[in-house]
Amino acid sequence: MSRVGWIRLAVIVIAVGALEFACQFGFINRKVVIPPSEMAVALGKLLASGQANGEIARTFGIIVLAIAIAVVLGFAIGVVIHALPRLRQALDPFFATYYAVPIFIFYPVMVAIFGLSVIPIVLIGVATAIVAMIMATLNGLDRIPRVLSKVARVHRMGAVATALRLKLPAAAPYLFTGVKLAVSYGFIAVIASEFILAPAGLGRVISDAYSDFNNPRMYALMLLLIIVATFVNMVLHAFDQRWAERRGIGRP
Amino acid sequence: MIATRRAADTLVILIVLVLAWQVLHQIVGATALPGPLPTLSYLAKFVPTARFWENAEATLVAFFYALVLSYAIGLSLGVWMGIHRLSGAVGEPILISIYTLPKITLYPVVLLIFGLSLSGRVTFGAMHGILPVAILTMNAIRNIPPVYLKAARTLHLSRRQTIVTVLLPATLPEVVAGLRIGFTLTLLGVLLAEMFAAKSGLGFLIINAMSLLQTEEMITVAVMLFLFAAVANALLLWMEHKLHRRA
Repeated sequence: MSRVGWIRLAVIVIAVGALEFACQFGFINRKVVIPPSEMAVALGKLLASGQANGEIARTFGIIVLAIAIAVVLGFAIGVVIHALPRLRQALDPFFATYYAVPIFIFYPVMVAIFGLSVIPIVLIGVATAIVAMIMATLNGLDRIPRVLSKVARVHRMGAVATALRLKLPAAAPYLFTGVKLAVSYGFIAVIASEFILAPAGLGRVISDAYSDFNNPRMYALMLLLIIVATFVNMVLHAFDQRWAERRGIGRP
Repeated sequence: MIATRRAADTLVILIVLVLAWQVLHQIVGATALPGPLPTLSYLAKFVPTARFWENAEATLVAFFYALVLSYAIGLSLGVWMGIHRLSGAVGEPILISIYTLPKITLYPVVLLIFGLSLSGRVTFGAMHGILPVAILTMNAIRNIPPVYLKAARTLHLSRRQTIVTVLLPATLPEVVAGLRIGFTLTLLGVLLAEMFAAKSGLGFLIINAMSLLQTEEMITVAVMLFLFAAVANALLLWMEHKLHRRA
């Protein structure tokens, strides 16, 4: 590991250690924050007992479903819009505003329409993630070098072969950036929906544990979400960095 | 000519969206989703009332304080990590992973610390806004071409002159982009806080209307927030474009 990596690790260890110390010695009230070590123990017990398995499976299932729909549909819509320049220009102001408005405030509207079930959560997850994928697809298709279509013509490749063997690999790094954004937006939207209003799921369980003053349970599940989100984002970031180097804009 | 055609196309899409709203209304019924016209007439009635403005004020006050905190902390953090290379290298991945966390999971902690108070909503709003401001400011400073600084040294500019005439103009467009994203996310944070637990504010109004099945009120508030965010974003975006063209 590099020097910077070691310093970063030290910073994190010191921060967690300081929290542990402050909680153990009463500088922070236990009713507010429990020591990180107790959070980890509570999480271990919870996972071993299997009590939360149903909720965990439900939440991550919804997240995966919403992200999968957003990525596939977003790519398809992006390809269609890219083929219609006039439509694309007309949509431009909508794309520029989309992430500036809190789309999430329409979650209760979806609950009113579809009832309190999985559907509004999946829909808000898809709605939050899909536009990032559409924009990334447009960007990726824009950046396919013109010379590739000439190469295809020289080699007498068919439309399908050109798309799969030349255009897709050329656009792939940009598409991946879209996937990365879709994953992180979808994750946030699903968890937030479950927190605010949902029949079940991890967000709901954390919010219930908060209402019941069940701090060990609340902090255990928070820790779980933070670990999973950080891990997923780190993996995606590492991949993205590799793609970026391939297209020559990554930091050395 | 081209500009008018473009504006007309955008208008067509807007009309299609409203028609889609109407069709969805026909399918699911008026209790689940009121149509565009009834919503508009409800909006005209509800927005001038004191109840709307009291809650809008509660949201705006929390949002204002949260925004000041986001900008102050975000900018100082960004400037520090941009100038001090080691801190930037150490801190950037930490900032990015906190940025991508679903911060709503941490709201109960904020509530346990501050209770159901204004400070809690302000803190939660700022938690959303600080990171994008810091990350974009840091990158703006890092991306200054070294030749700018060399030119400043060749011209024997003083430290103050370098900052005012070289560093500030060179970083401003990207910093403003950070401020724009910070604006959006801070607003989202404040609204989420109000939706989860509050006794006033527009986020509370939406959840309250939802539990009373007052769908017209719910959509009216959502549409007003939508307009507020869209107009603010357009203004900041316009500023950003002007700065880019000047640079």
